[in-house]
Formats: sequence, C-alpha cells, structure tokens
Amino acid sequence: MKFLSVILQRLFYAAALLLAVIVFNFILLSLVPGDIADTLAGESGGASAEVMAEIRRSYGLDRPFYVQLGTYVAKVVQGDLGKSYYFNEPVINLILERVGPTLLLVVTALVMAILIGTLFGVIASKKPNGLFSHFVTVLALVGFSAPVFWTAFLLIVLFVAMLEIMPLSGLADPTTPRDTFAWYLDVAHHLILPVLSLSSIYLAQYSRLARASMMDILGSDFIRTARAKGLGDTAITYKHALRNAVIPVITIAGLQFSHIFSGAVVIETVFTWPGLGTLAFESILRGDTPTIMGILFFSAMIVVIVNLLTDLAYRIVDPRIRSARNA
Amino acid sequence: MDATTPLLEVEGLKVEFKTRRGIAKVLEGVTFNLEPGKTLGIVGESGCGKSMTALSIMRLVPIPPGRISAGSIRLKGEDLLQASEKRMRQVRGKDISMIFQEPMTSLNPVYSIGDQIAETVRVHEGLSRRAAFDRAVEMLKAVNIPAAEKRVNEFPHQMSGGMRQRVMIAMALACRPSVLIADEPTTALDVTVQAQVFDLLKELQEKTGTTIILITHDMGAIAEMADRVMVMYAGRAAEEATTEQILTAPKHPYTQGLIACVPHMADKPPPERPPLTEIPGVVPALTDLGSGCSFAPRCPHAMDHCHSQMPQPQELGGGHRVACWLYQEGAVA
Repeated sequence: MKFLSVILQRLFYAAALLLAVIVFNFILLSLVPGDIADTLAGESGGASAEVMAEIRRSYGLDRPFYVQLGTYVAKVVQGDLGKSYYFNEPVINLILERVGPTLLLVVTALVMAILIGTLFGVIASKKPNGLFSHFVTVLALVGFSAPVFWTAFLLIVLFVAMLEIMPLSGLADPTTPRDTFAWYLDVAHHLILPVLSLSSIYLAQYSRLARASMMDILGSDFIRTARAKGLGDTAITYKHALRNAVIPVITIAGLQFSHIFSGAVVIETVFTWPGLGTLAFESILRGDTPTIMGILFFSAMIVVIVNLLTDLAYRIVDPRIRSARNA
Repeated sequence: MDATTPLLEVEGLKVEFKTRRGIAKVLEGVTFNLEPGKTLGIVGESGCGKSMTALSIMRLVPIPPGRISAGSIRLKGEDLLQASEKRMRQVRGKDISMIFQEPMTSLNPVYSIGDQIAETVRVHEGLSRRAAFDRAVEMLKAVNIPAAEKRVNEFPHQMSGGMRQRVMIAMALACRPSVLIADEPTTALDVTVQAQVFDLLKELQEKTGTTIILITHDMGAIAEMADRVMVMYAGRAAEEATTEQILTAPKHPYTQGLIACVPHMADKPPPERPPLTEIPGVVPALTDLGSGCSFAPRCPHAMDHCHSQMPQPQELGGGHRVACWLYQEGAVA
C-alpha cells in the first residue's frame, strides 16, 4: 500500500509538472513575434489587412490570450494537440509517426553509453594505474569536451567519406523494401554513426563515473567480507561491487535523459534522421507553432516518464531507497 | 588428529609493507599455536600487528604493497602460505572464517542478509538455493535473532549494529569452520551489546567446538573470553601465557603497563582514587625499528643492552613465554 501511495504521489507531481510545461511553452511561443497569418501571407506573396484578420479569426488568434491558453490546455488534456499549420494534419499523428526513430536513436545511445561506459569503468578500476585506466581517463576528457555535432562530422569524414563503409544519412536506403529483414539490417547500419556521435559524451562520462565508484566500492569493508567468505574475483567484482557501483551511473543517466533527448535534435539534423528532432527543427523554421508546442509537450512527457522509470530502477537496485522513500 | 596436534601453527611469520618512507616491518617473526576448541586472545595497541596476523592467516594481506616474507602457517599440517589461491578460496569461509570490527559496513547494503549467509553455504557446500536459505534461517536462530524467518529477508540497513554483528557471526559460522577469527568484534558496539556478543560467541563455541582467535585491545574482553593470551608489540609477541598468568602475574613491562591502564570498578571514586596510569611515549614507526627491543624507549626498566639487542622469547615454565632481557638467563652485558 505504501508503495502504491508513493507511485500515486509521483504521478500527481508528474501531471502538475506537465501542466506547467504546457502553460510555459504557450506563453513563451506567444511572445515570439510573427504568427501564422504572417507566414501564410508571406507565402502567398502578400495579403490585405482584412484577409490577415480573417486568418487570425479562423485560427482563434483574435480572442484574448487567457482564452486561447485555456482552450489549448483543455484540448491537450483530452489528447488533442491541435493541427499543424504546415501539414494541416493533427500534430499527434505527426509526432507518432516520428517518435519511433527518435526513441530508437536515444534509447540505443543511452543503453550503449551505460553498458559500455560501465564495462570500461569496471575494467579500468581493476588496475587503476594500468594502460586501460589511463585510456579511459583520456577518453573521458576528449569525449566530454567534444561537442556532439563536431564528433558527428568527424565520424562522417572518417567512415563515410574516407572509408566509405557507412551510409551518410536517413533511416534506411529508400530502395530497400520496408519491414523486411534486410530493411531492419539497413536501419541498424544507418543507426551506427548517429548513435556513436550521440553516446560519445555520455559514454565518456559514465566510464569515468563507473571507474571512480568501482574503485571506491572495491575498497569497502563488505568487499573484504566477501573475500573472507571465499568468493572469487568474478563474484566479487560483478556481484558484490558492480551492483553498488552502478547506482550513481543510474542516477546520472536518469537525470541526463533530457540532455540526450535535446542532443538528439542536433544529431538528427546532422544525419537527416526522420525523428522528432528534425521535425522540431523544421517546424521552428516554418513557424508551425502547434507542432512545436506538441513536440515540446511530448518530449517533456517522455522525460517525466523516464524519470519515473529511473526511480523504479533505483528501488530495484538499492534496497535502502525502497524503505527510505516508503517511510 | 590427536589432541596434542595443534589445529593451527604459526611460525616465524614476517610481513613487510612497502611505504614511501621505506620498508615497514609489520610482523617480525610471530609464532603461536592454536589448541582446538580454545580461545586465543591477541592484545596490543593499534598498529602492533594484531589485524595483520589475522589477515595473513586468511592470506588477505594486500599484495602489493604488502609481502609475506617468511614463516609458515599450518592448518592441520597444511602450509597455507604455500597453498594456491584456489585452495585458499576453499579455506576462507569454510575452514577459517573471520568477523570484523565494523558491523555497520561489513555487510553488502544491496543484498538481503539471507542472501549473504546463503551465498557462503552455496559456495562451499554446493547446496541448492532452497537448502542454503534454510541454513541461513537456522543460523540466524542460532545467533538468537528473533523472528528469524522474517528477518532473513531484511537488508543490513534495517538492523542495529548488534544485530548486524550477529548476522556476521551467523555468516562466519554457517559452514562450521574450525577456526573463527574475531577482529575487534565489539569495538563499534554499545557496552551492553558487547557483553551479549561475547556471551553468544562463548555459547556457540561450547556447542560447536570452534577455535577462536579474539583480537582486541580490551583487557576486559580478554578476561571474559580468552584461554591463552598473546601480547603483541611492534610486530612481535612480547609475552604469551594463560589468561590467568597474564592478568595476575604479567612479566613483560609492556603487559604490566597495559594492565595498569585498565580502570577498575572497585576503585574508590575521586578524589581518593589514584589517577589512571599510562604508558609514556608512542608506538615506534615500523619503518625505523632499531636493533634493540622496540619497547625499550618506553620501558621503565630499560637497561643499556635493551637498546642494542632484541631479546628472544624465553620459556619461563608453565607455557609462559616472554621476550624481555629482565628474564633472560645469561643476558649479554
């Protein structure tokens, strides 16, 4: 019961947070000069003041600000994110079309950063002054200092232009028939460079973090107890130490999910990956306010959900939190 | 094994540590025997080599910077210093177990105590998950933890220090080891809990016949628990005798000093009570021990040759051994 009430409380906070996100996004975007009437008039090469007013009226832009806000919030609560000015299609459809590739990119990058980063950290912690440990330190420094788009361009120069073993852009080759096994392979092939670029920063950070926390844990009393019980190195490292050492990595990864999500906008644009990032970028250029707000709201929702999941993952890994939060 | 064969024989054990200030001679020829079913107390100040002796027996001395440079440790005749690491993993937790000073941090916080006890049993006896878990419950009952069936699923942070030390004892005894090394098992606990832990150890020793090495700096614990006592100073045994001999007729000036340091309940309250005595000076740095007796700079009876030559352990009769020039026959002038 306690667990349930904790979950309910968290869901309540999450809903309040999302409401705040909607309101703030709405206010921010209405502060941006220029609206749909300007865009349409610009595209059709000019319009009279009456036509402009008519457009504004048809989109409900002539009503007072708070009425517009209220209408929008009421619609969002019912799952209606409005219609895109540009595509003239429900925003929710546009998002659902694009969310798959984005999640594929972001989740693959995050999982890779966590798994490989932790593995690097564990191996490095075994010999803190060894060659591999120094390699991890340098990798962390370089990875953390390099902007993702720069890493992306360097990878393109190396693998696409010079070695010619990787595709430049897109989700898959347009000539490959969709949803066949070959298509999935092709998607995986196209995924490699964006994932490498996006995960580089996080991989670097997590390997450094895992190395430090493993070294800390390996010196603790309960590791000595484990040795005194007659356990071997493997059980000590991967059972007793790793489960403790992975806690800070999960914490940071959960907190950084929003960073990696925004990093995806840049990476998707560089690789023309057909995800939410490119849609957001293009919609900003087009002044497609409903789509921008829809994407912002949707990404906020994903971040909130991931934070909830991180919290759950915590409880599974660390029993101390289970009871501390229940209390 | 007949009754006269010692269970564990430690002979001439030397351990060195490489430090920035040179080689620290942490143990300088420690020798003792363990009689089955008895308790040997090892006393001394911090840094005298008590814990290092224990870690050497478990072969858990961190190498490097440490090094076991000489000696032998024979368990039922088998030299553990020559044993492979694989063999040592079988010995640890099965033949020789250890409990530590810090019950608060000596258990892994992310596994339930049942898991941690069962793990030892599974590693050494290859029991099934179910059977190992049953053994864990049984062990928790043996160390007098109430509602053992329920508490077996709890995590270390849900227990008090005394309870955790009981769990450590349950874990250490789960495979019925012949030797239990208790390294200051009660230092971190409340006084009332200390007595409970000692009572428990004695009770379990009577039931199982386990031999205990009790490492402590607390003379009260020695009086309570030990059959024999080894007093250590700067990596050597200063004196070794029965508990009775040590407490009533200590020979080595260091032992005499240690016993004089203990306050007695029977003493009159202040102001009539004489001030507590102390041993002047500090333990010497292990990196620059001279050729003489390492206690000489602090010794009230120090003679000239004490500063130049190390006294060898001398048998005084009745198993009372002391390394001091005061008792050396034909002492070099």
